[in-house]
Amino acid sequence: MALALAAFAASACASAQAATPTQVGIRIHYSRFEPTTIEVPAGVPITFTIVNDDPIDHEWLIGDTSFHDRHRTGTEPVHGDRPDEVSLPPMSIKRTTLTFAPGTYTYICHFPGHEAYGMVGVLVAKG
Amino acid sequence: MRRFIAGATALVAAFVVSTQPAAACAGLIGPNGAVNLLRTTTFAGYHDGIEHYVTAFKFQGGSGQFGSLVPLPGVPTSVEKGGDWTLQRLIRETEIAKFSVRGPVPLAQGAAADAVVLMQVKIDALDITVLSGGGESVGRWATEHGFRLPPDAPEVLDFYAARSPIFMAAIFDADAAKAKGQQVGDGTPVHITIPTANPWVPLRILATGKNASARVEADVYLLTDRKPLLMPAPFANGMQLEHSATASASLLSDLRSDKGMDWVPEMAWLTKIGINAAASQLTYDLAVSANGTLPSRVAAGLEAPTPTTPASDRSSQPLALVGIAVLGLGALLLIGRFAPRTIAP
Repeated sequence: MALALAAFAASACASAQAATPTQVGIRIHYSRFEPTTIEVPAGVPITFTIVNDDPIDHEWLIGDTSFHDRHRTGTEPVHGDRPDEVSLPPMSIKRTTLTFAPGTYTYICHFPGHEAYGMVGVLVAKG
Repeated sequence: MRRFIAGATALVAAFVVSTQPAAACAGLIGPNGAVNLLRTTTFAGYHDGIEHYVTAFKFQGGSGQFGSLVPLPGVPTSVEKGGDWTLQRLIRETEIAKFSVRGPVPLAQGAAADAVVLMQVKIDALDITVLSGGGESVGRWATEHGFRLPPDAPEVLDFYAARSPIFMAAIFDADAAKAKGQQVGDGTPVHITIPTANPWVPLRILATGKNASARVEADVYLLTDRKPLLMPAPFANGMQLEHSATASASLLSDLRSDKGMDWVPEMAWLTKIGINAAASQLTYDLAVSANGTLPSRVAAGLEAPTPTTPASDRSSQPLALVGIAVLGLGALLLIGRFAPRTIAP
C-alpha cells in the first residue's frame, strides 16, 4: 500500500482551520478494538478518541505494512511522541489527530500476543 | 452436615515479571526471557467449611521474578509455609495406584474501586498478596505491581470475579531463591487456609495467555468424604478421570502427619483428573459436589452467574466446588514491567 500518513498533528492543526475534524471513537475492551473497521475521508484531519477500558496496557498504532513490520520487531521503550503511535495505560483515554492520504491502514496493538489475540482494525481513507 | 473435600491443583497462571522497562513493541521478552517454571503442585483440602491449600512453586533457573494470579473461593485466614511432604506423598499415591491398575489412564465510566489488599505474606522467596476486588481492580493492581497480564486476562479476571472476588497474587523471586540456596527444581510449599462453603477448581485460567492450539496439561486431585459428582464429567474436552477410589489409610495418615495437616479426616475418597487440552478447549471450570447434589453449571463456568446474585451469595448453591488444583503449566507467559509511559495528546 502506498503512502502511509500524509501529515500528523502539526500539519493537521493547520488544515483543521479550514475543515472541521472528523471525530472517531475507538474503545478497547477485553483486548479488542471496537470498531474494527473505520472509514474516513482522506485529506481531512481526523481526531481519534481512544478509550482503554481494560486494566492492562495497550497501544494503538496505525500505519501501513512497513510501519507495522517495524513495530513488530521494534524495541522502543515507550511511544508517545507521534500521533500515529498512542500508548494507553490501563483505564485511560487518549486523543490524537491524523490526516490520511487515500488508502487502507491498519491499527494494531503490538504488545506481545495482542495482535495474535485479535487487536487489529482497518481504516480506509477515501479520497 | 459434615463435609470434607480436598483437591490438589497446580499453579493457575504464571507470568514473568521483570523490573526493568521493556520495549513497547512486539517481539520482546523480558530481560530474563529464558526463565521457566517447572510443574507446580497444589493440594487443597476442604473439611467442615475450611479449605486448606498446599501448593509449591518451583523454577528451573533464570533470574528475575515470576508471578501468578490465582482465583480463590474465599478469603484466607492464614497463609503460611506448607508441610514438607504432602504434595510428594499425594503424587506417589496416585502413581502407585496407576501402576497397580494398569488401566488407561460499555465504555469506562470511571475506574472501579481499588482492589483491597487483605493479606501480605512473605514465604522464602515468595511474596504473596491476597486481594479482594473485581476483575478490573485486580487487573489494575496487578499491572501497577509489575505483572504484565496477557491480552485475555481482562475477560478471564471478570469471569472469575463474578464468581468469587478473591485472588491470590504470588511473585516468586528467582534471584532471592538462588540467594537462599534453592536449587533448580526446589519448591516452596505454601499452605492457605480458607473458610468457604464453595471450594472450586478453576481450569479456564490455565489457558490464559496461551495460543488457542497450545496444550494445557494439569493434574487435579480431589479428596472428598465420598465419591464426588463432577461437572463437566471428566471424560471429554481434554479431561480424563485417572484415579477414583477410597483414599488409603496410609495416605491419609501420611498427609495428617505433615505440618499443618492434622485436619485430614480418617476416611476420604481420592479422585485424580488429568487435563490435557488445547487452550481453546478450556472454557470451563470444574464443579464438584460431595453431598450428592448435582453440580452447578454456573460453578462449572458453563453459565454466567445471574446479575442479581452477588458473588458472595454462592454459598447458597447446593454444591461444593473444590479448591484449586492445577498441575503443570507447559509454558508460561512472559511479562515485562513497563515504565510509565506518556504520550502527547
